[in-house]
Amino acid sequence: MPWYKRTYDWLERRVQLEGPVKEAALHCVPRSTASWWYVFGSASLTLLILQIVTGVLLALIYVPSAGHAWQTLQVLNHELPLGWFLRAMHGWGSNFMVAVVLIHMAQVFLFGAYKFPRELTWIVGVFMLLLTMGMAFTGQVLRFDQDSYWGLGIGASIAGRIPLIGGQVVHLMLGGPIISGATLTRFFALHVFVIPGSLLALTGLHVWMVLKLGINEWPTPGRLVRRATYVKEYNELAHKDGIPFVPGAVWKDLFFSAAILFAVAFCAAVFGPYGPGGTPDPTIIQTVPKPDFFFLWIYTVLSFLPPSMETPFILLVPPIAIAFLVGLPLVAGVGEKSWWRRPVGVFAVMFIAVCWAVFTHLATYTPWSPKMDAWSGDAVPVSYLVHRTPLERQGANVLQEKQCRNCHSLGGQGGQRGPALDDVATRLTEDQLIRQVLLGGGNMPSYGSTLSPPETTALVRFLDTLHPENEPAAGDASRGVAATGNLPAKSTIEHGGGQTPTR
Amino acid sequence: MEEFLPPPSPDEQEKQLATERITRRTFMMNVGIALNAAVGVAIAVPVVAYLLGPVTRRKEYRHWIDLGGTAEFQPGETRLVSYRNPFTESWDGETANIPAYVRCVSPNEFVVFAINCAHLGCPVRWFSESQLFMCPCHGGVYYADGSRASGPPERGLFTYDVKTEGGRLRIDAGQMPTLSNRASNEPCSQRPDSGSTQIVTRITSCPGTNEPTIG
Repeated sequence: MPWYKRTYDWLERRVQLEGPVKEAALHCVPRSTASWWYVFGSASLTLLILQIVTGVLLALIYVPSAGHAWQTLQVLNHELPLGWFLRAMHGWGSNFMVAVVLIHMAQVFLFGAYKFPRELTWIVGVFMLLLTMGMAFTGQVLRFDQDSYWGLGIGASIAGRIPLIGGQVVHLMLGGPIISGATLTRFFALHVFVIPGSLLALTGLHVWMVLKLGINEWPTPGRLVRRATYVKEYNELAHKDGIPFVPGAVWKDLFFSAAILFAVAFCAAVFGPYGPGGTPDPTIIQTVPKPDFFFLWIYTVLSFLPPSMETPFILLVPPIAIAFLVGLPLVAGVGEKSWWRRPVGVFAVMFIAVCWAVFTHLATYTPWSPKMDAWSGDAVPVSYLVHRTPLERQGANVLQEKQCRNCHSLGGQGGQRGPALDDVATRLTEDQLIRQVLLGGGNMPSYGSTLSPPETTALVRFLDTLHPENEPAAGDASRGVAATGNLPAKSTIEHGGGQTPTR
Repeated sequence: MEEFLPPPSPDEQEKQLATERITRRTFMMNVGIALNAAVGVAIAVPVVAYLLGPVTRRKEYRHWIDLGGTAEFQPGETRLVSYRNPFTESWDGETANIPAYVRCVSPNEFVVFAINCAHLGCPVRWFSESQLFMCPCHGGVYYADGSRASGPPERGLFTYDVKTEGGRLRIDAGQMPTLSNRASNEPCSQRPDSGSTQIVTRITSCPGTNEPTIG
């Protein structure tokens, strides 16, 4: 007997794990589940292990001190061999993990896998998703750059909206009165001990239940789940037309996990680590904080909510959404599994996916935010200044100097908070322009106290030149009457004609 | 005739003893569990106080801070200043340096705004040319007096309580302002008259002043 066989036997006689492991590996699964659609759960586990390994390696260097964390990330990025690569693997691994977990959830939902008897597996999965999002957010905090500092500020401001105990919650979250060292250490404890510990425990439970209850069979339209008969039907399916999980189905899991690991490493090597951005010094206010990719959609939602709805929305919608996900298998635990016969479910997934994609896309260019340097950075297009009077050109100066460009674009450059001004003269008459500039309104601040009358005149004169050549500026009919004393020519509408005015 | 009950057979005796033993041992086990629970609770409850330390430590997070001589601020000007937060540890690094805007209304009249947008706490930027504060996150805009001009904020900028003593400008500060933890005791006290040119209807900057000003 070779030495390694003897060593194995020596160990096995003591740990006696061969039986349970073989049982788990060789248990029969329905033939239909050996599918490429069933690889996302195991890929999530692979990514979790990757995150733990890379996380431990980063923890060898990282110092969770508000005064030093940023520097230790610089050391990782620039001074240690492959430190940058480990940071990149951890960052990209996080992105991939959230993505794969979400795909896994959508697949499980569309395949009806949350129905009897796997309700608890789904519910545990919902909390694993929340913990995964928690890992992503706390991980962003540990990067401790400007984005993470102001991201904490946003978190504190949200917590401050809780009625009655909001103030205490803010101090509890920050570990003190301001975002500081105490904040970083508690997020470090959450990211490194509390959340991953809980996540591992729930992962164990989740996988245990998958083994005990069997992997969900491929849904067939018309084959309904009934509490009385399902388990018997499933066992027949698994044993009459089943294959052992190893190697029948596991090879696809292994292939996909390898592909995902390679993809993470590829992204890490090509795109590199995330930040850190600027130092977490709150006195540097020349910053445009932005959340990480998987929180961009929240960024959009928060900027589009009207002020009166904001607090109720932030405080009520997340608990309702979680209650909905947890309650789903308890309410809809039996019946049809196939997506062919669950149009509401399919459309719900599509709707959420489209909303998520649109919100995320919007957050990549934030049309709701003023562009802080547009007034000094984006020049007025030269074509808007040729053949203009000195007064009109002075108006262009006023437009730049008074930061109008931070919210209004010209020639496609500038903020998008307000409407583009390229053809504003076709929409507003001179009087309306004066009124809008001085009084504001429609989400525009009033400039009555910051513009002198000459500046207003120059600005409005310039704005009045902004119209296409073939389209005249909007005019006030009464101006013509006042100037000439004559009534305007009758329009065809007054003759009973169409909408086209006669000229 | 006396009726004799047959004695329990050795098997039965053994069974009886076993149940007794089990009951007694089960009882002891339950006592053991209860002991552990009691000790656990006795240890854990005080530790809750450790966790709640930042909340229960209730000397108010507020302290008078010197921002410099009043002569350094020109009337009509709004200037970015920064101060070291009084509640700080040595490992806080730069995070304890807190910026604020000082608006000098007239030679001895000051308003000090917190840097944090009243919407979600991002740092607002001052534009002296247009006399506006703009927030880079979700587009909140405020007038020079701190009142809301446009965007998602539901109130004006947070202001600190101000006093001038012996030519020094001091503010009462120490915590990050949120809708629950106001910067000052009376959120509206420092709000100057917003001037007559503002005709735009605004959302009132001080909803519910009866809220606790500190958490």
